[in-house]
Amino acid sequence: MTTTSTGGTPAARGTDTLLSVRDLKVHFPITRGIIRDKVVGAVKAVDGVSLDVARGSTYGLVGESGCGKSTLGRGILRLTGLTSGSVLFDGEDLADLKGERLRHARLRMQMVFQDPMSSLDPRQDVESSLSEPLRAHGVTAGPGGHGQTVRELLHRVGLPASAASRYPHEFSGGQRQRIGIARAIALRPELVVADEPVSALDVSVQAQVINLLEELQDALGLTYLVIAHDLAVVRHVSDVVGVMYLGGIVEEADSDALYESPLHPYTLALMSAIPVPDPEIEDRRERIILRGDLPSPADPPTGCRFSTRCPFVQATRCTTERPDLREVAPGHAVACHYAEQIKAGRITRGV
Amino acid sequence: MSDRRPDPVPDDAAVTGPPGTVEHVAEEHGTSLGKQALDRLRHDPLALVGLLLILGFVSVAVFAPWLAPYDPLDRPGQGVVTPTNIPGPSAEHWMGLDSLGRDELSRVIFGARQSLLVGVVSLLLGASVGIALGLLAGAFGGWVDAVVMRLTDMMLAVPGLLFAIGIAAVLGQSLLSVMVAIAVINVPIFVRLLRGSMLAQRNADYVVAVRSLGVRDRQVVLGHVLPNSLSPVIVQGTLTLATAIIDAAALSFLGLSGGDPGVPEWGRMLAETQRFLASAPHLAFFPGIAIVLAALGFTLLGESMREALDPKYRR
Amino acid sequence: MSGATVLGGEIGRPSTGEPLLQVRDLGVRFTRRGRAPVQAVDGVSFDVAAGRSVGLVGESGSGKSVTSLAVMGLLPPRGVEVTGSVRLDGTELLELDDAARRDLRGADMAMVFQDPMSSLNPVVQVGVQVTEVLRRHRGMGRAQARDEAADLLQRVGIPEPRRRLKDYPHQLSGGMRQRALIAMSLACEPRLLIADEPTTALDVTIQAQILDLLRELVVGTGTSLVLITHDLGVVAGLCDDVHVMYSGRIVESAGRRELFARPEHPYTGGLLASVPRLDAPRGEPLRPIPGSPTLTRPWGTGCAFEPRCTRSDDACVGDAPPLETVRGHGVRCVHPLGADTPAEETR
Repeated sequence: MTTTSTGGTPAARGTDTLLSVRDLKVHFPITRGIIRDKVVGAVKAVDGVSLDVARGSTYGLVGESGCGKSTLGRGILRLTGLTSGSVLFDGEDLADLKGERLRHARLRMQMVFQDPMSSLDPRQDVESSLSEPLRAHGVTAGPGGHGQTVRELLHRVGLPASAASRYPHEFSGGQRQRIGIARAIALRPELVVADEPVSALDVSVQAQVINLLEELQDALGLTYLVIAHDLAVVRHVSDVVGVMYLGGIVEEADSDALYESPLHPYTLALMSAIPVPDPEIEDRRERIILRGDLPSPADPPTGCRFSTRCPFVQATRCTTERPDLREVAPGHAVACHYAEQIKAGRITRGV
Repeated sequence: MSDRRPDPVPDDAAVTGPPGTVEHVAEEHGTSLGKQALDRLRHDPLALVGLLLILGFVSVAVFAPWLAPYDPLDRPGQGVVTPTNIPGPSAEHWMGLDSLGRDELSRVIFGARQSLLVGVVSLLLGASVGIALGLLAGAFGGWVDAVVMRLTDMMLAVPGLLFAIGIAAVLGQSLLSVMVAIAVINVPIFVRLLRGSMLAQRNADYVVAVRSLGVRDRQVVLGHVLPNSLSPVIVQGTLTLATAIIDAAALSFLGLSGGDPGVPEWGRMLAETQRFLASAPHLAFFPGIAIVLAALGFTLLGESMREALDPKYRR
Repeated sequence: MSGATVLGGEIGRPSTGEPLLQVRDLGVRFTRRGRAPVQAVDGVSFDVAAGRSVGLVGESGSGKSVTSLAVMGLLPPRGVEVTGSVRLDGTELLELDDAARRDLRGADMAMVFQDPMSSLNPVVQVGVQVTEVLRRHRGMGRAQARDEAADLLQRVGIPEPRRRLKDYPHQLSGGMRQRALIAMSLACEPRLLIADEPTTALDVTIQAQILDLLRELVVGTGTSLVLITHDLGVVAGLCDDVHVMYSGRIVESAGRRELFARPEHPYTGGLLASVPRLDAPRGEPLRPIPGSPTLTRPWGTGCAFEPRCTRSDDACVGDAPPLETVRGHGVRCVHPLGADTPAEETR
């Protein structure tokens, strides 16, 4: 179990943990059968994840498709069923909540979605979309309805008041994402889970939204869980980063520490694969190309999940024993049996 | 507008300068998707043709007493008509006479009333039951869904027209039984359509988003899933009117709408002409054309609506 | 296994003689019922020399994809007006009829698209899709085509190629599908390969594999490559010459080293400055380009980028700035970045 240290943002002092996930598993059963569905297996989308997010900080969850990061984000918000484990939000276990109590808990945690086109109801105008959470939780409106709050929300995200009467399809992608963000903060939540908040946006617009998210964090004291596949984006916004692979976290460290000294072979491969807009660097860098394909989450490899593709795989332990996420340096944890040896250069890449 | 707004926010301001300043929002005022669809329809020639046909059909039905030159029950040509000599179109009788000497044009005009009535009533009946069941199935899922779908499957197992004939036969030969029969065979279509549409919408991001906001399930279904699932249902409604008209004619042709010769009905008119087809083809032609045009109108409009409401065209 | 070595700082061969592909003043205009026509591509000109790789960079609305479709002749026949000239090895492509184009496609030029799932026929085995191309264009018999297909799949790095021939597209992963697509396009050893966002839909580790493959093609077999992308990082590692497009026109053209070292157009500079980079210090806010790609001015009334440009003034409104080329570096701007003193180079 790791506790995260919070270096980065001024808002995050101390180790006041807002969100604490313990051994969370989300398995989707696979059923087969004509008359009666028989469970023949399970897609282990999230397979034992533990992490802590300090109040006011940003935890970045990074990984490629199939690693389970989106499922983890939705699982934390109870938007999908949990198979086992606990999600402690300010001390209260969300896994136990049901019905009205769960709905009430939603006041404090919200989500920003990846695709701004599909995450807004196309038939609702912006005013309606933004005031809906307020109405759903019975927030009393001032004279004239929620119009004032809507205007303030729009102002916060940098949209003019005239946007309120428009419909989602009348906006650009970046603007729609701003609306989505405005909706997520309407209830003044404490935790915001951002699932790929910028990957569906044009490059020139991504930076705007990233900056907006950071501004809002400072202004409203938000705690973020940012899920993305773009390492550079995650590094920029996060205080702590967790790298996920096939349902589990394989490395977790402070943002700076992770990028300065990545330890897990998957992290190494991931970083070496990211194109950098600099021809000199691109020409000189050495890429660690992974063999093979991602194994199916329904049938993960025995032993280390990464063993089938790891360029440093060893004959002992790797295929038989699943490594735990263990702390190898203060605030830096890795799930690899040989992390130290790889770093020291005692184990090298087989091709 | 409150006057204690923080800094005045300039509307539609163009953006230059450092990040975080106010975004520029397009000039047009809020046009909902509905308005956009209407716009597209207005420019679609096929839709306009369909609309014209429908308006014609409806006006003829509504204003029948003023439009028809003769009373449909009168027999102005009774003396002239014999089984072998049924006059076709002439200056006095634009569509000729029928086998009993009645003015065919007036009968066709009044026949529109019957067709419109049957079409609309059976559609409303069938659609409301179908939508209600489809809503239940789509909203609740689970065993409710299973029960409704098995029911629907059973209904769909019987070929439509045969089913209608069976129902009408059981209920007795009357206009009401024709309407009920047509309504019943259309129920499963609407059930499946709405349920399928709702299932597709339920997994959409915006539904998850709205749920995550803490909106109650009932509001999620009625306020979000249902309105977004209705487009195919609306299109189907229009197309069903077309088939209802044809089905009504077919059932009347078979004699299931009862023998009441009071108000003429296109299908029955076709049935009556069977014996005289060789010598008086105009008796089949005019009611037949009327059926085709009425159905065509609704079909054209329905197909155009399908295109206009297609999410692919949303921009 | 690291990427292919780069020869002498260039990826492709040094340019000699006539370019393989010459695009001159290409224009594409979409006419739609009841709406104003859209000039998606306007006056685009560029060359692709044999064995070189060229990048077309831009975001949505830039016209880069439409350009490639126009070159391949894949635009719909109705509602589209194409003007200008596209010469492949001297042959004017825009004048050819469908049959002639089909002969060229696959044999001389091939295209790889962004989404491999929708580019592959889902009900036909992968092997058949490859052999189909071989038999059509190279006249091979069935057995020979199958051998060649297996060989091709091997070359693009698909393990167990013989087995894969029998698979259907949905049985392959995204990365493998894209490789299969590349194999299909290589089947006839085209001299020109156009790749439209070939890795955008793929994970970054898979992307690295595919880009490696493309690099190898250019270096190893001398295939010319036109790469269309929005990702400047991809371009930095793969393209000899880069053309930046904005709102249908080319706004900057340069060799890759020159472009990244000394970007001239504010849009290029803005893009480079706004992207978070692994090698830059964190902690500072990013410097985005204000507005969105839809916030453009029509070229007829001035510079399309003007509403978003931090350097714009009255000179930017009125006539569209012409493309001016100095020492091989072209820029369409009246206030290019290089005009400032070095201290102000990146705003």
